[in-house]
Amino acid sequence: MTKILNIVPEKCTGCMQCELACSWVQTGTFQPSKSLIRVNVFDEEASYAPFTCLQCDEAWCMNACPVNAIGVDMATGAKVVSDSLCVGCHLCTIACPFGTVFTLPQTNKASKCNLCGGEPACATACPTDAIEYVDKDQTGDWFASWADRVHSNFVEAEGGSS
Amino acid sequence: MGGWTGKLLRVDLTSGNCSVEEIPQEWLREYIGGRGLGARYLYEEMDPTADALSPENKLIFATGPLTGTPVPCGARYMVVTKGALTGAITTSNSGGHWGPELKFAGYDLLIFEGRAPKPSYLFIYDDRVEVRDAASYWGRCVGETEDGLREETGIPNLRVACIGPAGENGVRFACIMNDKHRAAGRSGVGAVMGSKNLKAIAVRGTGGVSIAEPEAFMKSVWEMSATIAGNPARASFSDYGTAATIDLTQSFGGLPTNNFQKGQFDEFENLNGATIRDTRLVANKACFACTLACGRVCRLGDNADKYMVNMHPRNWRQAGEGPEYEAAWALGADTGVGDLDAVLKANWLCNDLGMDPISMGATLAAAMELYERGVVTDAQVEMPLNFGSAEALVRMTEATAYREGFGDELAEGSKRMGDKLKHPEVFMGSKGQEFPAYDPRGFQGMGVAYATCNRGACHLRAWTPGIESSGDVDPHTTEGKSEWVVHEQDRSTAHDNTGLCLFVGFAGSSLETFVPCTAAATGVPYDVDEFVKIGERTWNLERLWNLKAGLTKADDSLPKRLLTEAHKSGPSAGVTVDLDTMLPIYYEERGWDKDGVPSKEKLLELGLASL
Repeated sequence: MTKILNIVPEKCTGCMQCELACSWVQTGTFQPSKSLIRVNVFDEEASYAPFTCLQCDEAWCMNACPVNAIGVDMATGAKVVSDSLCVGCHLCTIACPFGTVFTLPQTNKASKCNLCGGEPACATACPTDAIEYVDKDQTGDWFASWADRVHSNFVEAEGGSS
Repeated sequence: MGGWTGKLLRVDLTSGNCSVEEIPQEWLREYIGGRGLGARYLYEEMDPTADALSPENKLIFATGPLTGTPVPCGARYMVVTKGALTGAITTSNSGGHWGPELKFAGYDLLIFEGRAPKPSYLFIYDDRVEVRDAASYWGRCVGETEDGLREETGIPNLRVACIGPAGENGVRFACIMNDKHRAAGRSGVGAVMGSKNLKAIAVRGTGGVSIAEPEAFMKSVWEMSATIAGNPARASFSDYGTAATIDLTQSFGGLPTNNFQKGQFDEFENLNGATIRDTRLVANKACFACTLACGRVCRLGDNADKYMVNMHPRNWRQAGEGPEYEAAWALGADTGVGDLDAVLKANWLCNDLGMDPISMGATLAAAMELYERGVVTDAQVEMPLNFGSAEALVRMTEATAYREGFGDELAEGSKRMGDKLKHPEVFMGSKGQEFPAYDPRGFQGMGVAYATCNRGACHLRAWTPGIESSGDVDPHTTEGKSEWVVHEQDRSTAHDNTGLCLFVGFAGSSLETFVPCTAAATGVPYDVDEFVKIGERTWNLERLWNLKAGLTKADDSLPKRLLTEAHKSGPSAGVTVDLDTMLPIYYEERGWDKDGVPSKEKLLELGLASL
């Protein structure tokens, strides 16, 4: 099964439970400033858009890394930073076209969404199902083909989960 | 230690000095936080007899240990001060995102004292704290102030609590607004902030809230989330918002109309939750960590253009929040206005100008009664103030914030206005504060709840319509009401202290559900009994403060209209409020003497004997 993080902004109420959950996983405290998923708020339009790494198939962060510190989780297709390899050069944060790779000031290491190893905490925490970790067939739009691309290059070629 | 940061930030506005202090451990334990902790500091540090608008008054912002955590609806902060409207201690609660941001910046409490020599705002970025010049924001509305501060600081995630023109102009029921549409609404906390020349508090916090026992905490949070998710009331809240309550109060003859002259409003369906959802709703909006999302973001209909105001309609292009049930009632039924667009527009004016829509609507309703009786004449007002006049509702809301014309009278609240015009009987409230949207003749228990509330008439300390509409209890008799009000006041006070929103209670969560969350977050082995005791301790502390401020048994009162004039028709016809029966039982249940003074034994039991 090819799963992907499916985000539906129309269902989001802006409660930030996803940011709390993500920061809890990242830091062990409830600290939205360290969350890897961010809710963009458009107040006047009453619109909220949670946004995090798309796990691009042609991942620019990965391509830019000079020490190959970003690899692929074969089970999920997530692009994952290896703390032991990362030298803190910030190139990945510049390369990402979506601004979803961060660096942690305490460690000076890159930090990005790794899909929590297949059980994303943000999706579990969302009370309105605006964020779901679902099979690509349930996304029902162009996102399904995106999911295919994210997974195809790595997961299926490497004989990962299907 | 978790949950709490254990620190408070003290700001002397007179000198501009800011300092960080440790909060005594035993106070955290004994009061949990929020309202209780704020009251403890106010009791310790302020002379209750000082004028509310003088530099001697202190303005305290208090979060609870669950503020900023994922416990559902852990978004609240409390403003604790001497109320400009009431002269009593006030504890005004607000949600949104500002309270959690203060916590993330590292502070449980914020205490303002003195008075700034010129308009100022406080800037907080974690450890960096500065009192800054606010000349360019003075006179600005709430939305403009928040946007302006974000632009000036260049911090898009900045959270702002501020006052609007109403607070600057000393309107007695001015609010402190945060996140543009959320309000610490009642008792005139905004007027206190204005009297201190404090325009805004802009906060950005990048720290976190740590938890003492993570595993137990996450377990109890998930249990509570599941309880709420599975409760049918959650769907109703998301669907209709709080305005769904209009149907309930209408059906019991407890929807006060035309300044409490009637108990039902003919046009109630224009204002209820279903109409708002079907005709005006753009989206639901949640406060921080909220899984209910009762907030309404609405757009104006075509009618709105008919109602003219002078100010620039900056925030009305797209959509704004509200109306909540209380605002829909006060600006709608109480003034007899059934046009939703006028109510919405007046609601947004209240938000942007920084005023409490309950007291605004209720004060205008009192003025409308005086106008129809010929006491207020056409020479005094710029337009006829008849019940049902949508034009008057919208324009007088604006005039009140700027104290223009008759708005200058309205800005004093209906108690002071009624006294000045020599018709004190039009004031519908208690301790100087206007009643919210429940007629005690439809829900007898609200009578004793209103009369005894420490911050003046309030529906949030003991909400009896829930139990009185359940079918188990006769809503018109006094039996058991005082006892239930005491029970509920203690529990809701402990609830307030934690930093959680009271509305989780409507979705199946009670102290039993979130006491384990608090215990795991803080590492203190709280149980429900200790929570109830803390609620009672806080309630008695507030009472002691009020007694020192000069309030007496005579202030635990209701207007004559509720005690002697029954509605002539509807489900509540023939009922009056029997406070003479309920009040002595209430005092006895509280362990207070016949004058409402807490007994020595009670204070000893609560650990308040030394105060």
